[in-house]
Amino acid sequence: MTTEARLPVKRTAKLFVGGEFPRSESGRSYEVFANDGRSLGWAARASRKDLRDAAKAARAAFPGWSGKSAYNRGQVLYRVAELIEGRRAQFEQELADAGAADPPRGVSAAIDRWVWYAGWADKLAQVLGGTNAVAGPYFNFTVPEPTGVVGVMAPPDQALLGLVSRLAPVIVSGNTAVVLASEPHPMPAVSLGEVLATSDVPGGVVNVLTGQIRELAPWLAGHMDVNAIDLTGAPHDMQAEIETLTAENVKRTHRAPDADPFDEAAQSPYEIAAFLEFKTVWHPIGA
Amino acid sequence: MSEIERAGDDTLAAGSVWEYAPAPEATDILRLQDSYGLFVGGEFVEPKSGKRFTTINPATEEPLAEIAEAGPEDVALAVEAARSAHDHVWRDLSGAERAKYVYRIARQLQERAREFAVLESMNGGKPIKESRDVDLPLAAAHFFYYAGWADKLEYAFPNWTARPIGVAGQIIPWNFPMLMAAWKLAPALAAGNTCVLKPAETTPLTALLLAELIQEADLPPGVVNIITGAGETGAALVEAAVDKVAFTGSTDVGKRIRRATAGTGKRLTLELGGKAANIVFEDAPLDQAVEGVVNGIFFNQGHVCCAGSRLLVQEPVFEELIDKLKGRLQTLRVGDPLDKNTDIGAINSRQQLTKIEELVAVGVEEGAEIYQPECVLPERGFWFRPTLFTGVSQSHRIAREEIFGPVLSILTFRTPEEAVEKANNTPYGLSAGVWTEKGSRILWMAERMRAGVVWANTFNRFDPSSPFGGYKESGFGREGGLHGLEPYLELAR
Repeated sequence: MTTEARLPVKRTAKLFVGGEFPRSESGRSYEVFANDGRSLGWAARASRKDLRDAAKAARAAFPGWSGKSAYNRGQVLYRVAELIEGRRAQFEQELADAGAADPPRGVSAAIDRWVWYAGWADKLAQVLGGTNAVAGPYFNFTVPEPTGVVGVMAPPDQALLGLVSRLAPVIVSGNTAVVLASEPHPMPAVSLGEVLATSDVPGGVVNVLTGQIRELAPWLAGHMDVNAIDLTGAPHDMQAEIETLTAENVKRTHRAPDADPFDEAAQSPYEIAAFLEFKTVWHPIGA
Repeated sequence: MSEIERAGDDTLAAGSVWEYAPAPEATDILRLQDSYGLFVGGEFVEPKSGKRFTTINPATEEPLAEIAEAGPEDVALAVEAARSAHDHVWRDLSGAERAKYVYRIARQLQERAREFAVLESMNGGKPIKESRDVDLPLAAAHFFYYAGWADKLEYAFPNWTARPIGVAGQIIPWNFPMLMAAWKLAPALAAGNTCVLKPAETTPLTALLLAELIQEADLPPGVVNIITGAGETGAALVEAAVDKVAFTGSTDVGKRIRRATAGTGKRLTLELGGKAANIVFEDAPLDQAVEGVVNGIFFNQGHVCCAGSRLLVQEPVFEELIDKLKGRLQTLRVGDPLDKNTDIGAINSRQQLTKIEELVAVGVEEGAEIYQPECVLPERGFWFRPTLFTGVSQSHRIAREEIFGPVLSILTFRTPEEAVEKANNTPYGLSAGVWTEKGSRILWMAERMRAGVVWANTFNRFDPSSPFGGYKESGFGREGGLHGLEPYLELAR
């Protein structure tokens, strides 16, 4: 028996768009390295066309996802946590490759955060909405609704917990998302896409693009069918440019307050509210 | 009664027979000054810009007063006054004390409501019955409502520490000058912010009267500053050292403000334009629906961002509804805003009148059928007849663009799904109306309208406890209720 060293099968990570895994239509990719300099494989370098496809898929998925009962969305998201738990070893390895200080802690925190947000699905309306005591014979109530298609610029570091902390509050209310993964550490986002693909989250609810943030961000910010952008992971020096581009269709923009992502203060119903619209309905009261 | 003309079957043509004797509201209650300065640091001051402009009565084109035009230097001084008042007085005042100041404004506004209403109608052109019965009571109610939140913020956001943001720059439109001032100032003050408010160029007077009232209420100097001017003054305020910008006005200007604040970290809320669908189903109580449609588009001359400017009628009741609507239009009285019988007052400015006339001409050119009742318009001032367009398709500009005047575009639909599709087929999303007797359909429709306010079997109702604001290009953030408080607070654990 020979003792030949086994050649590992390197990953050529693909995009996750509309529930499928296309390569970039541009044919471009970039090599991804571990913190110690080892090559981890390649990731697709998404183009403007890929971004448009992702936004289209997210829009198509919006009526179905936002139309599900909150109870159902809560369960679908909870099951995602179950699936991440089942793939701990892979995520821990990816976080280790990304140079995380304590990979098991990072995965645990990401799972727990996912569970925390899943539970909000059917509680938002009571905590953030309600009836209003108007001075007249009217029944008046306010309900939260998802804003629509949300662009999520994932933080470059904390490649799993950082992404989960931004993505879960966006989709729990019924929004659909176009995620720009961490550029230096895209693999945990790609793997999360693979988890979502085998979960009950419908195709198109979450779309994951890998590539160059500086190239993709302006296209995302200027896209006329994207309703909001989470800027938390955007380079600070790009914020002015991005916000300027969002003006054309009056996108909502949000940057989460600086907080240690492991801290409980990093999770909040107001992170969900940043991507909600509040609808108020009036009806006369009469016999 | 033999003189009564009958148009159609039972429709009373108002014509001259139904002319009422004039019933003008007295104006001697007003003590207008010839000239107003800027209200900065608790005093009226001369503008450093040295510039002034004349504000007029749009119903007569007569001048009412000379108004200071704040330049960048004046804006900076106002923001400094607000900053100083925030850092040294207002921020550290207990919520209970802040509440009492805001309550005091509410009460004094109620006491002087008639005076404010008369001035509102004189400077803005809106019928006195609206400024008297809607604008002023609601403005006072807004101050009263938010006053009570000032010492209850820990209940509004449990587990969070709510702190004021700082200095708010607030820019308001000309359609509801006092009400918009109240919507802006009341939540900001209750939350502990100080304010620099800029009323619209054409309607500065009630805001300046409010400045006098605030002086009389002994509000600490600089807590509220009111600066007058046009778009350039507004732009200077957005660019000044404010921490928060709140704007109500056109979508176009809203987008410019978004660009101007990009990357600055300034908090921003925008309440912008609309093109609301008012949807009438075949089972709707038609007489009530007609009143709702008329109120939806002709309230305040249609100068309403949430106006029901697109009427969607289910095909089986189209003809009946249009007949009733045309009959109702003939009874609307267009004329002197100060007359207590007036339904439609003056268009706010010549500029706005020109815009309405242009878009109405486009509607005719594009092939829609126009209907306007016969009515005599005053010779001077800015006026426009209540107008209906039938035969309108979704691609017509009058079905897509905000006209901001008494002009209704009427379309039809067959199924609820088609109504939803048409109603949401707009970049705007401020409000919507639904008329039907079927409860389940109301809720089904309300769920599907991509709009911040849905009025079911009613329209154009407002209340300080009821959040108001848009989806999509109608802006972001809410005003009114608990939701209107949050944009003026920084939440921390």
